[in-house]
Amino acid sequence: MVSVQDVLAGNRLALARLLTEIENETSDGRRALNEIFVKTGRAHLIGVTGSPGTGKSTLVNQLAHYYRKPQDGQKPQSVAVIAVDPSSPFSGGAVLGDRVRMRDLAGDPGVFIRSMASRGSLGGLAAATSGMVQAFDAAGYDIILIETVGAGQAEVDIARLAHTTLVIEAPGMGDDIQAIKAGILEIADILVINKADRSGVENTERALKGMLSLAHPVERVFHHHGHIEETAPFQAEPSPDQEIWVAPIQRTIAPEGTGITELVDQINQHRVYLKNSGNWQQREMARLQNELNNLIQIKLTNQWRRGLSPQGYQNILEQLVQRSISPREAANLLINGVREK
Amino acid sequence: MSTTERKIRVLVAKPGLDGHDRGAKVVARALRDAGMEVIYTGLRQTPEMIAEAALQEDVDIVGLSILSGAHMVLVPTILELLKANGQDQVKVFVGGIIPDDDIEKLADTGVTGIYGPGTLTDQIVSDVRKAVLGETGI
Repeated sequence: MVSVQDVLAGNRLALARLLTEIENETSDGRRALNEIFVKTGRAHLIGVTGSPGTGKSTLVNQLAHYYRKPQDGQKPQSVAVIAVDPSSPFSGGAVLGDRVRMRDLAGDPGVFIRSMASRGSLGGLAAATSGMVQAFDAAGYDIILIETVGAGQAEVDIARLAHTTLVIEAPGMGDDIQAIKAGILEIADILVINKADRSGVENTERALKGMLSLAHPVERVFHHHGHIEETAPFQAEPSPDQEIWVAPIQRTIAPEGTGITELVDQINQHRVYLKNSGNWQQREMARLQNELNNLIQIKLTNQWRRGLSPQGYQNILEQLVQRSISPREAANLLINGVREK
Repeated sequence: MSTTERKIRVLVAKPGLDGHDRGAKVVARALRDAGMEVIYTGLRQTPEMIAEAALQEDVDIVGLSILSGAHMVLVPTILELLKANGQDQVKVFVGGIIPDDDIEKLADTGVTGIYGPGTLTDQIVSDVRKAVLGETGI
């Protein structure tokens, strides 16, 4: 039995146990999530995603360091890290190795790192990641860094969860056609070119810049006379006051800490932008709505399953296998009792 | 919603200064293939770092790989730190080069298994299961 009081009072062992209960989706974990929800909503959730080997963990390590020892005279912020690595589709086991890159954060009571296996989820996070985020948020962590599974093109769940999403690229990963494909680059609030000391960094930056300029070519203003006049090229320098956020591109060399100060500055600017533009609330609402809809789906499915006769299900499954009804007709029969709808 | 099957969480750590992590990686891989979630910490961990990782990760069991000969210092220290953190229930097993004379002494500290070169990974997997799911190892 987890004590929510202990978690809220800052007991790290209680928090660790609560995270396990949440991850295992136990009734204790669910009860605790209901209790702590009122305390959530204060932390800045920062997602870090990108292909395997681009340096996500090392970058997370540096960011956490910076938030603990800010160079700009700000007071240190407490940092939670959730690092997701893939589960084996065969054994269900996992090797979670992100801590290897975060070893120098050890011994700091203002940092809490938790590794998580994806347990079959495909969107780059695990099913229980958002619950774990809530636990850290309620426990008072200011910054929550969420590192996804090494993500390719479609693992974009992080953008639904985080306030600010960093997409990490490294030189030599694909050409400019990769950069205009839909998917992971689209979700970037900040694009990071890590390993910027490697050759090819200019090409990568050019491709990403090209992608951004295609997304926001120029601001178009309608004139009285009906024709469209092109105004000055869209402001490429991001500023927290503008109405549209253009993802800045930041070069970093994570092991040396090069570019980290600038990156944190951009993260802070993005936060100010979100707050000033009303986007913070919008993202919160979208996230909660998404979570609500997911839960409704799960609950309805379970409700339906409880009222189901295994025999009836088997009959319809057999008809489906014999191709006498289509999958859609089978679903209609199982849910509404009629074939057409 | 049905609860997820309980996953055994293992911390595999290398305390001390020797730089040979092949054995630790082989064990991590074997436990993974047995369906466990293995948190791998990498080389040159202090006992404090290991105890802290065990706490944050809320693991069931910690595997220590030690080839430096410092096992009679490192293992008891880590066991003490785990207790001090309130993790009395967390089991510990040890792999590495442990001289015969030390095996008994080490076993007395409460570790659930001691594995030298040539141990079958199946043996470690089944001992870890036993240690976590109730029955005692050695």
